[in-house]
Amino acid sequence: MTAFVDIDGVTLTYRGASGDVTALRGTSLAVGRGEFTAVVGPSGCGKSTLMRLVTGLVRPTEGRVSLDGAAVDGPVKIAGMAFQNPNLLPWRTVTDNVLLPLEIVEPYRRRFRAEKKQYKERAEALLATVGLAGFGDRFPWELSGGMQQRASLCRALIHEPELLMLDEPFAALDAFTREELWCVLRDLWERIGFTVVLVTHDLREAAFLADTIHVMSARPGRIVTTRQVELPRPRDLEVCFEPAFVDLIHELRGRIAEMRAA
Amino acid sequence: MSGSMERLVPLWFTIGLFAVWEATCRLLDVDPFILPAPSEVLAALVQYWRPVLRHSLVTLWTTMVGFGLAVAFGIVLGLIVGWSRTIYRGIYPVMIGFNTIPKVAVVPILVIWFGIGEVPAILTAFLISFFPIVVNVATGLATMEPELEDVLRALGARKLDIMLKVGIPRALPYLFGSLKVAITLAFVGSVVSETIAANAGIGFLMAQAGSNFQMPLVFAGLMALAVEGIAMYALFALVERRMTRWAFRSSTSAAA
Repeated sequence: MTAFVDIDGVTLTYRGASGDVTALRGTSLAVGRGEFTAVVGPSGCGKSTLMRLVTGLVRPTEGRVSLDGAAVDGPVKIAGMAFQNPNLLPWRTVTDNVLLPLEIVEPYRRRFRAEKKQYKERAEALLATVGLAGFGDRFPWELSGGMQQRASLCRALIHEPELLMLDEPFAALDAFTREELWCVLRDLWERIGFTVVLVTHDLREAAFLADTIHVMSARPGRIVTTRQVELPRPRDLEVCFEPAFVDLIHELRGRIAEMRAA
Repeated sequence: MSGSMERLVPLWFTIGLFAVWEATCRLLDVDPFILPAPSEVLAALVQYWRPVLRHSLVTLWTTMVGFGLAVAFGIVLGLIVGWSRTIYRGIYPVMIGFNTIPKVAVVPILVIWFGIGEVPAILTAFLISFFPIVVNVATGLATMEPELEDVLRALGARKLDIMLKVGIPRALPYLFGSLKVAITLAFVGSVVSETIAANAGIGFLMAQAGSNFQMPLVFAGLMALAVEGIAMYALFALVERRMTRWAFRSSTSAAA
């Protein structure tokens, strides 16, 4: 399988007023098409930098990044992104927030005026799949944090991107809401089949959702361990209490602890 | 305290203030030439209502023209300044320096250029009131969440798209907030100019009345100014609430 996302020997140094900061050093990472990949590691290890690299928002100082066989040398246009903060626009309704990418990405942009009605229906259908049916006309401030994050996921997916980049999207939610949203994301991924890179520091989240988990070292970040998750799919939340799952978490946790001690 | 009572508090407070003023003048037997009592001011207002009204309208007109110019110019400059960090850094010290100059010092120059009359008043109102508009619009644009910008750039959005979809709507509450401040400053500007060099307007009326020792009329002019200022402030506060209702509601979303 040729890699869909291919990060090859990438070093990234930010130039700052108080000296240069090396966020990543000699990092290599490959993600297959349709694969669900999680990147875990201590905070400040350059996980978010990895996301900005793959989407072409920053260029590597050394090494190369390619996406779907083509070198990334500018913003990539086929990625959807969601962050810890839902970042919805408060002057737009939920549906209009979800429609935002269609106003920007071609070919939707050209047809937006003519086909607004179909697009609206599409947004509402997508909202319904994440449990937000009937909330399309509300404003973001009328929604709870978990609901806002659901809407944010819809915004990241409305233009049917091949790649979904998630930067700790559930970190600010309470434990129950977080687990609900794991299932929402799992269902979307199983139904649509996009490629996911999920950056998180929650090992359970990574193990429950991902096919492959990459563990990163502290800054300057690089991949220290890659672990396949063998748990059978479809997975439900009960899997989190099976010995195989617990062993996996234990093992990953051990690796991170070793690394922090070193 | 019930809701309707609370709404009347500003009114009671204002009446109380005038009552204290009146009582002080009477009890201490203050010379009306030093400080006229509100009753004397009111009498002057009734006696001279025609000239007061005429000059008020002149001041209102020059203020609004200067303010209108300030809004147009302030929005354009604010968008330019907020567009790029480089322009922001380059232009900011100059603007601070310009804003620090007392505008009363500029009026004589304007008089030499444009003569005595409405033009210096309009320009002074403009010069004094555009600064807060520029700063607010630029701030609204410059404080956009970097993550949101990433989301849009990863979709292939150009700078103009980001400005139109996010930057400008986001800057609107800042803009409307600044209009309240700017309109009151514009009154200061036009009246300062009228006091020094004009043949109409409340500032001119007050200067004339002062040199004729008609202190009650001077204070009547002040009252007229206060009323105009409050009315304009209230108008723009209302416009602000109407135009950007979401900004008063949201606390957890992008513009929090």
